[in-house]
Amino acid sequence: MAESGGHGVGGAAGVMGGSAPYARRGPSPTALGRWLKGERLGEDAAIALAAGRAAARARARMIGRRVLLSLPALVGVVIVSFVLTRALPGDPAAYFAGPAADAQSIAEIRAQLGLDRSLPEQFLVYVGDLLGGDLGQSISTGQPVLEELARRLPASLELTLSALILSTLVAVPLGVAAAARQGTWVDHACRAVVTAGVSLPTFFTGIALVYVFYYVLGWAPAPLGRLDLLYFPPEPVTGFYTVDAVLAGELETLRGALAQLALPAVTLALFTMAPLARMARAAMLEALGSDYVRTARAAGLSPTRVLYGVAFSNAMLPVVTTLGMVFSFTLGANVLVEKVFAWPGVGSYAVEALVVSDYAAVQGFVLAMAVLFVALNLLIDVIYTLIDPRTRQGA
Amino acid sequence: MTAATPARPTGLRAFLAHGAYVLRDNPVTLIAFALFLFIVFCAVFGPLLAPYDPLESNAARALQPPSADHWFGTDSLGRDVFSRVLVATRLDLAISVAAVALSFCAGSAIGAAAGYWGGWVDAVTGRVVDTIMAFPLFVLAMGIVAALGNTVENIVYATAIINLPFYARVARAEVAIRREAGFAQAARLAGNSDLRVLALHIFPNALPPMMVQLSLNMGWAILNAAGLSFIGLGVRPPTPEWGIMVAEGANFIVSGEWWLAIFPGLALMLAVFTFNLLGDGLRDLVDPRRRT
Amino acid sequence: MQRRDFMRGAGAVTLGAAALPFLKVLPAAAQGADTVVMVMGQTINSLDLHRTGTNRPSYQIAVNAYDRLVEFGVKTLPDGSLSYDYATLVPGVAESWSFSDDGLVITFRLRPEGKFQDGSPITAQDVKWSYDRAVTVGGFPSTQMRAGGLESPEQFEAVDDLTFRVTLKRPSKLSLPDMAVPVPFILNSRLALANATADDPWALEYVHKNTVGSGPFRVTRWEPGQSLVYERNDGYTSGPVPQIARVIVREVPSPATRRALIERGDVQMSFDIPNKDAKELEGTDGLTVNTTPVENAIYILGTNLNFEPFKNKLVRQAVAWSVPYDDVFQTAAYGRGVPMHGGKSFTPETIEWPQPFPYSTDLDRAKALLEEAGYGAGFEVPFYIDLSQSDWMEPAALLIQENLAKIGISAPLEKVPGANWRTASLVEKRLPLHLETFGGWLNYPCYYFYWAYLEGNLFNSANYRNEEIEAMVPKALHLPVDDPEYIAMCKRMIEIAWDEVPRIALWQPAVNAAYRDMTGYEYWFHRQPTIRGWKRA
Repeated sequence: MAESGGHGVGGAAGVMGGSAPYARRGPSPTALGRWLKGERLGEDAAIALAAGRAAARARARMIGRRVLLSLPALVGVVIVSFVLTRALPGDPAAYFAGPAADAQSIAEIRAQLGLDRSLPEQFLVYVGDLLGGDLGQSISTGQPVLEELARRLPASLELTLSALILSTLVAVPLGVAAAARQGTWVDHACRAVVTAGVSLPTFFTGIALVYVFYYVLGWAPAPLGRLDLLYFPPEPVTGFYTVDAVLAGELETLRGALAQLALPAVTLALFTMAPLARMARAAMLEALGSDYVRTARAAGLSPTRVLYGVAFSNAMLPVVTTLGMVFSFTLGANVLVEKVFAWPGVGSYAVEALVVSDYAAVQGFVLAMAVLFVALNLLIDVIYTLIDPRTRQGA
Repeated sequence: MTAATPARPTGLRAFLAHGAYVLRDNPVTLIAFALFLFIVFCAVFGPLLAPYDPLESNAARALQPPSADHWFGTDSLGRDVFSRVLVATRLDLAISVAAVALSFCAGSAIGAAAGYWGGWVDAVTGRVVDTIMAFPLFVLAMGIVAALGNTVENIVYATAIINLPFYARVARAEVAIRREAGFAQAARLAGNSDLRVLALHIFPNALPPMMVQLSLNMGWAILNAAGLSFIGLGVRPPTPEWGIMVAEGANFIVSGEWWLAIFPGLALMLAVFTFNLLGDGLRDLVDPRRRT
Repeated sequence: MQRRDFMRGAGAVTLGAAALPFLKVLPAAAQGADTVVMVMGQTINSLDLHRTGTNRPSYQIAVNAYDRLVEFGVKTLPDGSLSYDYATLVPGVAESWSFSDDGLVITFRLRPEGKFQDGSPITAQDVKWSYDRAVTVGGFPSTQMRAGGLESPEQFEAVDDLTFRVTLKRPSKLSLPDMAVPVPFILNSRLALANATADDPWALEYVHKNTVGSGPFRVTRWEPGQSLVYERNDGYTSGPVPQIARVIVREVPSPATRRALIERGDVQMSFDIPNKDAKELEGTDGLTVNTTPVENAIYILGTNLNFEPFKNKLVRQAVAWSVPYDDVFQTAAYGRGVPMHGGKSFTPETIEWPQPFPYSTDLDRAKALLEEAGYGAGFEVPFYIDLSQSDWMEPAALLIQENLAKIGISAPLEKVPGANWRTASLVEKRLPLHLETFGGWLNYPCYYFYWAYLEGNLFNSANYRNEEIEAMVPKALHLPVDDPEYIAMCKRMIEIAWDEVPRIALWQPAVNAAYRDMTGYEYWFHRQPTIRGWKRA
């Protein structure tokens, strides 16, 4: 019974607060679907999925239903982002008319931008373009929004993923150690460390790291985006410079890309450690207290094997799902880190666009993020049903 | 001892005893409580204790490093950083408390209604909450503040809106599972109206997990306000506020005036740290299962 | 040619993908003696100044990748630094020019050897097409052209391949200098037309992403929001071929990062650095900091006449006497620029502009004036500043606010986001008390007064109107500068501006650049990096 509370507070909430709760059972983090379904991912669902082909069909149906159910949210995002951008202060026409424009030239530009039409009309035009796959043109950078998002998204994804890998590598062992020595100074120290990490504004951590490691010590390269001036990007395949450099066999470029990635990734990792460490700790505690661990102990397995073999493998599911939530949150939240490190990602793009009331760019960014968010939640749900131990046991 | 509902009204004494146990058991939480009291003290008495007027400039004393006269140094206008950090406590605390209180009230009302009545109420609120969740939250907050203007109230509203989904979801889940619980059925049979059953019988039981969230969100609200300040959408100058001071001070780090950003940064970190640890502590407190 | 194919239809994605052959070897070359790496804080959003929405930092493309008919010369200032020379016009695409006796017709003779970057000759038809484009596209380019009396295509005529003729409606001293500002740049019309469409006769889309000029540099790589690469045009015909082969421009939004980069020597040039950095970096080993006051520009405190108390001249004067000028200049400008307060007399002796206003800090006098105006009890007025200029506006506003409080005027601060600022301050002109900045490209007092003191004109953010000024400015604009009538008029305008003070001068701003391992930095009125004269040390 009591675990239901954990569902609610888990996942996203933990990401936001930077402190995921001590979930009382494995599959706790709340993917969007949990709310949509209206009930906890119940045992009945698990049983239904358990029966071979029927399960596959059920799974496909479930995914289909999730996709359908996520559509209203996307429609909502389209409407709200349209209204919100139109409510932004200022007159883009006047802003972009240039330093010496008069009323006439501003009116000309307003007509060119289509801003002289009524709001409903503008909205219909926007939706029409959207359906045609056209996100419009950013007026501040002068490029099509879709093109720019496509170019910048890999940068944000690469940064976020690197940060999360780093964060996981540190946070999970910390969480496991804390769980293994629950209540001792190790536990408290882990808690204090990860909490301290999440207590600093990322832009502050970023600037402090730049100051120490670039300016004072000279260890890090200049914080100038994804690659030092000395390198030019590798042939784009994935858009991830590190991966592309490996594919192209340019190790020098790989080193350059990694060096640029280090500080912003550490900055973000510090901020994302807390939810992962907490979830790892909680899941480990849960696993250690479970029947199968007790059985394993009784069967005479060594404590190490119990800890790392049995308990750890069972505790990873909630950590993985938390990771998904943290990922989608971080992708939208690394706006400030990108700004500090001149990182050419979507976040810094959105900030600049918002400040100059660049409607198309802001709407495009928000929509892209919303689609990613929904897709990621779907993915989490799917992975979750695929690797849920109960499902496997049943199959 | 695995209680079904964590905070049943089991008597104040038992609760306090449990609290004392948790504090003894967990020194970190004890420290957090002490820090919390300290922060509240600064918020209440800060303006009285500040050695200088936090707004008074003195161009002749601009950018002085920390000294006996100015413990945290002075800023580019010659204002005393220590006084500004101290006085800012009240505003920062007020922003986070107001934002979190607002999202708590609105979110839990929406969520409780959705959880209790289900049906179209649930469907509509569900979609609204989905929509907010699907937004990149910080950018949503930026958009709201940019659209409405950067005043303290609007920062509070923006922070409240982006926090709202979490309360709505928790409240909904907690209420939904108790809707048909025995005590709720009994209350209905006794002739209580739906609203009464929801407000007086079911909702109080949903509070504990939300209390935990409250404390965690306070810290996040402060960080959020600081982030907005960094973009230039914070409270208006010359009002002292930690986020703005860090954001402005950050530009001075490279030129060697580290004190402008470090001290408000530490204050900010201390507050967020306290709220986060406190959230953990509260969770232990409201979760009697930890006693085993 | 392959450049065009590579760019066509590909847009920024391919631009970023780096298909140019030399780029593979750039890592070594980037450190070479012929490359300058420059950082700046803003984004270049178009390669075409004529395009709608092109922002100010993008004007440097017109400056560096294109030529004009005529250009301003370069002179050495008393402190040894280089500056453009408003008094000297030198040949650009045109090798010579002459005025008709009545001053109405200017005939330009183009350089016979003139070549565009693709090797095709520069003809008078190209010039006419470019001028037609500038006056037709609307927006800022057309406004700027009008200031020089260049209003419609009928005024421009390609007499033969090498002769271009401009016919003016009236003689004006502004016409020729206005042809040397960045706006009337010469495009390769054949190349542009090959990429024009029925909907886009001026090839705005193509020129937005490609440079089709004859300038000393071509843009070979542009990643909006990140970087831009200039490569030398080895076949440059409108002047000496530049010494450096390549300039890499990196956009770095954080001023702290930019400072660290130039201080540590990872870049050679940091353009338009904050006053504080300029002050502190001066004297750093190996680093040169160049500070040049911007001609014909003043940072001002505006008192809007729409706001009841400011209708009274005495109140405006009281505000002018209350500003803590010295503190503002030291704290907000870090002593960079030229103070514009403390003038001796209320009657100007010269027509030099800007020159110090006859106000200084005198709170007693300010209070007395307020009493006299009937506002002895004070009043409240919102004080607006621009968020994107808060580096200088915020400290200045806070200091002014503090002193205003001492004479009973409470002025709560309002920060306006960048997008709204222009609209609110210049278009709607609705900000009661505000900070504002205007600098005229054409260096004449009458030009400044035209924009900033005539009712309804864009930079008159104070809604000021004075019948005498309204009558004098249109006349003065076209009079030669040595005309006694012109001098008398300008003196009178300045006298009125001082007495009435709708715009209270704070200081004359300066543009700062810091550089190392290079020489040849020039200050230009348009405040854009002008790279043709740069040399690696």
